[in-house]
Amino acid sequence: MKIHEYQAKEILAQFNVPVQKGIVAHTASEVEAAFTELGEPLAVVKAQVHAGGRGKGGGVKLVKSATEAKEVAERILANALITPQTGPEGVPVKKLLVCPGLDIAKEYYVGLVVDRTLGPVLMASSEGGVEIEEVAAKTPEKILKEPIDPQAGLLPFQGRRLAYKLGFSGKKAEEVCRVMQGIAAAFLKYDGCLMEINPLVETKQGDIIALDAKIEFDDNASFRHSIYAEMRDTTEENEMEIRAAQHQLSYIKLDGNIGCMVNGAGLAMGTMDIIKYAGGEPANFLDVGGGVSRERVTEAFKIVLSDPKVKAVLINIFGGIVRCDVVAQGVVDAVNEIHLNVPLVVRLEGTNVKEGREILDNSGMTIITANGMQEAADKIVAAAAANQKGDS
Amino acid sequence: MSILVNKNSRVICQGLGRAGKLHSSHCIAYGTQIVGGVKPGHGGTTFAVDAGDGKSYDPVPIFNTVSDAVEATQANVSMIYVPAPGAADAVMEAAEAGIKVIICITEGVPTLDMARVVNYVKAKGARLIGPNCPGIITPGECKIGIMPGYIHNPGKIGVISRSGTLTYEAVWQLTNEGLGQSTCVGIGGDPIIGTSFIDLLEDFNKDPDTEGVVMIGEIGGEGEQEAARYIKEHFTKPVVSFIVGRTAPPGKRMGHAGAIISGGKGTAEEKVACLKECGVVVAESPAVIGKTMKDLLASRS
Repeated sequence: MKIHEYQAKEILAQFNVPVQKGIVAHTASEVEAAFTELGEPLAVVKAQVHAGGRGKGGGVKLVKSATEAKEVAERILANALITPQTGPEGVPVKKLLVCPGLDIAKEYYVGLVVDRTLGPVLMASSEGGVEIEEVAAKTPEKILKEPIDPQAGLLPFQGRRLAYKLGFSGKKAEEVCRVMQGIAAAFLKYDGCLMEINPLVETKQGDIIALDAKIEFDDNASFRHSIYAEMRDTTEENEMEIRAAQHQLSYIKLDGNIGCMVNGAGLAMGTMDIIKYAGGEPANFLDVGGGVSRERVTEAFKIVLSDPKVKAVLINIFGGIVRCDVVAQGVVDAVNEIHLNVPLVVRLEGTNVKEGREILDNSGMTIITANGMQEAADKIVAAAAANQKGDS
Repeated sequence: MSILVNKNSRVICQGLGRAGKLHSSHCIAYGTQIVGGVKPGHGGTTFAVDAGDGKSYDPVPIFNTVSDAVEATQANVSMIYVPAPGAADAVMEAAEAGIKVIICITEGVPTLDMARVVNYVKAKGARLIGPNCPGIITPGECKIGIMPGYIHNPGKIGVISRSGTLTYEAVWQLTNEGLGQSTCVGIGGDPIIGTSFIDLLEDFNKDPDTEGVVMIGEIGGEGEQEAARYIKEHFTKPVVSFIVGRTAPPGKRMGHAGAIISGGKGTAEEKVACLKECGVVVAESPAVIGKTMKDLLASRS
């Protein structure tokens, strides 16, 4: 789960990380007032969206007067913000953060992730402010890493080691060390997946300040952090993905025309892959999970079919403990309930598969059954192509 | 022969909610020795076994703690269904009590919990499989987890997989090709897991009755690439692999917390290329995993 920059800064501030002050605004006139309140000759107006690459998309602007701040805010709020991470349709901007301009001497990068082998790791680089992934790819030696013991946290000596390697000395090294320890403590306390300060700046006046901040939480830890629900901005998320999650379905919208409904994440991805090999394009990833009941299948159908591009639906279920006859009955009932009007291919395998197929065959509905994944893929691709053609 | 678990494994189940009791029952029906259950506050009672097969089984004793269960039953394997908030504690309790093979089925465990647990389990000299996995089965001997038993057949192919139902798919294909399995292990779909591909490849390398291995990977991380390099250097048996998620978009979690392409790393293409470079045969589609293994074995004999 992602949160906004201003929220990430609030969290880091709790852990004594010096963050750049700022005022959150929702309208252009609030931005104008914020500029005046800051009382500095320069300010930066920053769009608050979850997607990265805001600067490139025109979502971060330097302004020199209250009037200019207002104009800039009007422009940003009026248009969808398109960044390298949003897709061509962009995202609406509903909040802006107004920050005082700073005289930057140098920019650094500080970030934390959970590495699959090392566990939590703090990364730091003197190449801040730019695309850190590019730095990692081209000059990996410029990214310093310190693994963090999840019990002990980032130890002071580790923070000092990083600070010295980044080129700091004296009191400033101590300050940077405190920033590192602060962000590491925040990461462990709030179950971070990703936390970044990019850039951490040293100003010409010699101050160390977190100019930007990014936080992603581990959704699995939501049971112990009420702050997740408080900070969640669902307007930034896909509506159908939220609805699916409420029904314990895992759904991700894609761009094709073949709706998919599969049990298990691995098999769901495998089904998408084989559709592609067969010449089709999946419209979604959807894992219905373990209990393939009528209610779940019905809800899954509603979500898959909410995408107007879907021209055919493939159900691929490998019944384990769930019996295929139960699954088949669930599918038949769901199809009846929602009045399905696109071709449906069902591939069932597992316990009681024979009985399951009989239920589908005797349902009086035009359900296309398939044996094995290959046949299922071939049939669904043909059905989708025929239906697409009929439409156009 | 097999790896990690066999007909002599003495298994307890931690977490006796609906899922724990249901799957314990199915495991018992398969022939697994489930010698006890652990549910704090219910020590001294039993739970009834209902596998839906119309047969009657002895009730299973329940203990308050894993150490009580180990003392009373000499259990050496634990199967965990404790819900996510308590799963990390359950794994550590098992390791502390001296259980050597711990299988955590639970999904949705916070990643940092696993970072803590993995260190703890290692220090205790135990092996953790999972979390967020279907479990482990040595066909014909014992099944510990949620996989359907009947799709398996005893034989000589080892299976290692990050996925659940896709593993069933692969096993089913093997069985239909006449290839039985020595042991099948689901290692789980989370970013931090107790047992890696390499850990199990080492075990299969030493198992004289495993003649080949099917390895099913997913997008995200570098476990498959590390395994590929290990296979090239050390593994003596034929390996067929399949990597799922070639069509997955970057930056999106495909159901499993660990199945995510981030920063352009962990793509299926990258993994397939690395596996091929290291001499692993990669199945062209999820529909031909079994056939690819059969052809590979035929070409070597």
